[in-house]
Amino acid sequence: MDWTQYLTPLTLGAWVTIELTIYSTVFGALLAFAAGIGKLAHNPLIRAISIGYIEIFRGTSLLVQLFWLYFALPVAGQAIGIDLRLPPVAAGVLALSLNIGAYGAEVVRGAIQSVSKDQYEAARALNFTPRKTLWRVALPQAIPEMMPPFGNLAIQNLKDTALVSLISLSDLAFRAEQLRNFTQDSTTIYTLALLMYFGLALVLTAMMKLLERFVGRWRAGAR
Amino acid sequence: MSDEPIIKFDKVVKRFGDLTVLNELDFEVKKGEKVSIIGPSGSGKSTVLRILMTLEDINGGVVTVGGEPLWHEKAPDGSLVPASETHLRKMRTQLGMVFQQFNLFPHMTVLRNITEAPVQVLGLTKQEAKQRGEELLELVGLADQAQKYPHQLSGGQQQRVGIARALAMRPNILLFDEPTSALDPELVGEVLNVIGKLAEEHDLTMLLVTHEMRFAREVSDRVCFFDQGRIREEGAPEDLFTDPNEERTREFLQAVLDN
Repeated sequence: MDWTQYLTPLTLGAWVTIELTIYSTVFGALLAFAAGIGKLAHNPLIRAISIGYIEIFRGTSLLVQLFWLYFALPVAGQAIGIDLRLPPVAAGVLALSLNIGAYGAEVVRGAIQSVSKDQYEAARALNFTPRKTLWRVALPQAIPEMMPPFGNLAIQNLKDTALVSLISLSDLAFRAEQLRNFTQDSTTIYTLALLMYFGLALVLTAMMKLLERFVGRWRAGAR
Repeated sequence: MSDEPIIKFDKVVKRFGDLTVLNELDFEVKKGEKVSIIGPSGSGKSTVLRILMTLEDINGGVVTVGGEPLWHEKAPDGSLVPASETHLRKMRTQLGMVFQQFNLFPHMTVLRNITEAPVQVLGLTKQEAKQRGEELLELVGLADQAQKYPHQLSGGQQQRVGIARALAMRPNILLFDEPTSALDPELVGEVLNVIGKLAEEHDLTMLLVTHEMRFAREVSDRVCFFDQGRIREEGAPEDLFTDPNEERTREFLQAVLDN
């Protein structure tokens, strides 16, 4: 088989990879903000939930989380009489988001805490509520700080999507494996797959750079 | 200027760990009065302002602002209990502060810096806040800089924005915490001019912690010399600067005026 014939199935797989990456990065970012802000909350219950979530998902294997959501959760659900069967896409996106969200939460927390004390004092002197201080003063300054580590996490997430091929999602890694089984042309197929992941990573990096520039457009040297 | 004190410190104690910064401080400011606080660093000058702005709490005594305890509330039985955040929020509306390091919001334009709190905290419409903001920028001589970001301004300009931002909340009392100490010498004048103009034209009560002795002498009704957490000496500027009673004041003035 000519290598160009691999391109169509691999591109189909790449689309699944792209979708998984987008959904889980966006959903993971929301989780990261919720848990990162939650970890700084005054309410001890919210803090405990955030810390519990972060530690559990940082401290366990992504692959096992994925298998747990896809294989174990339905069985556990059956035992208590609830249908908890997840379609592969949902299980994949959920596992990836929960994972990136836990890592991202630490990024969010760190960036919020890096906003200078002077800013909080100015906000207090102007009588901002704690909530408005967070949304109007702290977060707009913290978000640009989060962008480089978020970029790393997004790339990490792109590469981690390959794991979902193990729960029968036909992403790029799955298609590559399928083609290899069929043709035994390992070198060509995996080289193409590597190049495709690398290309996607480059695009993602460029997008994160643009986003970083946009959220930090007020900064010195930004324009 | 009326005789009723708008600010009153009654045996106020403030400690940072083992260090006693304010040692049973008694201190009063009358409504409309312009008071300068001078003294060596570490003498508790800035702490007085930070306590008033509710950035630092107190360890003893009572602070009264506008006749009401600042760090306390009256319980139903008449006793004083530590203030709730609600009480502090209400009390804070009377005060404004200008910081040594300006503390402008770097992600907001100059105009937004001034309008944000009036809109978010006082509930002004964007239009009202903008109008007030533009008037204040006019007052501090920065009408043409409204759309710039703080980092595009000089230190002196940033501090003038800081003054406008504090004024936008319409405080009765304005606190200046070494407002020119972070500035290059050639930029000090423009900030002092604005403060001087405010002192002359407004019935604001002003409390100024400063190392600018000449300026303190020009604008203040009264100068307080702080030393070791207490007022060592206070009086009209011409008396205190030309003929201090205390040896410690004399030493301090000699040291700073020789520089």
